[in-house]
Amino acid sequence: MFRFIIRRLLQLVPTLFGLSILLFIWLHRLPGGPETALLGERGTPETRAQIRENLGLNEPLPIQYGRFVKRLVQLDLGTSISTKREVTTEFLQRFPGTVELTMTAMLIAIGVGIPLGYLAARRRGSFLDHASVGGSLLGTCVPIFFLAYVLKAIFAENLGWFPTIGRQDASIDATHITNFFVLDGLLTREWDAAADAIWHLILPGVALASIPLAIIVRITRASVLEVLGEDFVRTAEAKGLTERTVRRRHVLRNAMLPVATSIGLLTGLLLSGAVLTETVFAFSGIGAFIKDAISNLDYPVLMGFIMIIAVIFALVNLLVDISYSLIDPRVRVR
Amino acid sequence: MTLAPGKKKEKLDRLAELSAVRDDEQGVSLWREAMRRLRRNPSAIVGAAILVLFVLVAVVGPFFVPYDPVDQSGIREGVIKPGSIPGSSAEHWLGYDHQGRDEFSRLIVGARQTLIVGIVSTLIGLTIGVLIGGVAGAAAGLGGRWGRLVDSVLMRIVDMLLSLPSLLLAVSVAALLGPSLVTVMIAVGVVSVPIFARLLRGSMIAQANRDYVLAASSLGVRKSKIAISHIVPNSLAPVIVQATLTLATAIIEVAALSFLGLGNPDSTQPEWGLMLADAQIYLDVRPGLAIYPAVGIIVTALGFTLLGEAMREALDPKLRR
Repeated sequence: MFRFIIRRLLQLVPTLFGLSILLFIWLHRLPGGPETALLGERGTPETRAQIRENLGLNEPLPIQYGRFVKRLVQLDLGTSISTKREVTTEFLQRFPGTVELTMTAMLIAIGVGIPLGYLAARRRGSFLDHASVGGSLLGTCVPIFFLAYVLKAIFAENLGWFPTIGRQDASIDATHITNFFVLDGLLTREWDAAADAIWHLILPGVALASIPLAIIVRITRASVLEVLGEDFVRTAEAKGLTERTVRRRHVLRNAMLPVATSIGLLTGLLLSGAVLTETVFAFSGIGAFIKDAISNLDYPVLMGFIMIIAVIFALVNLLVDISYSLIDPRVRVR
Repeated sequence: MTLAPGKKKEKLDRLAELSAVRDDEQGVSLWREAMRRLRRNPSAIVGAAILVLFVLVAVVGPFFVPYDPVDQSGIREGVIKPGSIPGSSAEHWLGYDHQGRDEFSRLIVGARQTLIVGIVSTLIGLTIGVLIGGVAGAAAGLGGRWGRLVDSVLMRIVDMLLSLPSLLLAVSVAALLGPSLVTVMIAVGVVSVPIFARLLRGSMIAQANRDYVLAASSLGVRKSKIAISHIVPNSLAPVIVQATLTLATAIIEVAALSFLGLGNPDSTQPEWGLMLADAQIYLDVRPGLAIYPAVGIIVTALGFTLLGEAMREALDPKLRR
């Protein structure tokens, strides 16, 4: 197991290296440059050239890339051109919001999706089955930002049950250590701050959960149906095990493998969806920041953020592969 | 008996094909069997019915719209005031949009634009994905050591594309090419490239171990010929299913791009995603402007999804009697 993890981490290196080269060439070929965003239409050709010179953008690409790598091995991702702050600082400040949002969505999707998918498979052909299959088909077809607006209009603006925007109420004087607002609230024992942060997460979390929930329900249902037809389930029932034991030890455990795979693949989807949801709820995560960085061509921010996201994506998939052997001891990771 | 070399190859190919068919059940082709099962699946019928209606509206509808979809008659006649957009009336069934244009006419014309954008972007993703996946699959299945090298290089690139969140990929393509309708189609298409490539490759590798491939290659059929005429046709089923499902996500992703301000800047070409994105600011004034195109998108995407899922079931050999 340990060797497997080490090997997978080593495999990550060439992939990231390739990705960084591709990204670098591609980003620097985009028309315009950060000087346009900094100066707007006012800049004279001379000031533009001066800025490019100061940022080191006139040197050959291989040299610029070399400098990027040299800083990267020192874990320095450079300074944002537009905010003049370090990329790692910007990331650490914004990413926790996105993580809280995606975790909430994932918790909702798994917590509701797996039981619902299981029940639908157990009562195949029942109303519950048809409703959850139909609902999950519909769930994948609703544009997520539209759903977010509808939820916001109904539950926040009309009924007033939830806050409309932001991550925390401005009137709460909360201490922030990690920028995970919920965690901060718990750490500092400011319970009201934590509760308020959770309150702000619910509507965007539900909107973001819609597609993963739909996918998890469908995969769980299909997978449980397949396992229910296996001989070992019949054997387990025949030897008189309680339904509870059959369900836990035999059915659910065997049905979880495809579900775990899909959860790993959903990470990318969640991050994309988070950008849209964050926009609707003015939730300060990485979404809006990446959007601005693209239009300003803030090279260090784009390179840094995309690389970190790729690493996280790879780590999540590694965790999923490790979880296979926990779910099913027959699967030996090599 | 001696045959001309060309004739001989033809005959051998035919033989390989026959052995391939025998591999399936009793000579009933996979596709005919799938069609039979599709016709008996109610959700396939519903999905197909939605799509027929949608295509009909998209193709024929624009010839029968009551008003010009770009004519801002509402502004000219002064019925549009700040904070008030008139709703349904006998003349304008769904009222005006925020620029005083007839909403009903725009929805109908928008159906055509939506269909075109969906199909073109899916075709872009399908073509590039099938090329990459086909080469990788053939190289991995038949190419020996060098083939495996080609395959792993191609798949590394595909994995890199997969490791980026799809929207980020689409957004950067959109930023690269500048806002236009073509950009939107390319950006949405590129996102599905790695999915098609992976799918076709996986399916081809599975096929490469089948008996008919062994038969064909022991009969001396060239490897390229085996790949193109035997393996690829037998591997396309999951790709076609995925294309149907991608049509649904493409329409939704176009809407997401428009929402982020990276859509088609030209609102004289009404498209449901763009209409939905434009309507967000007027939700308080006239929620209908968002709801009509949203319902259009949801129902159409549902049609493609229902049909795609039913096709997947019909083509799944595990589920066959």
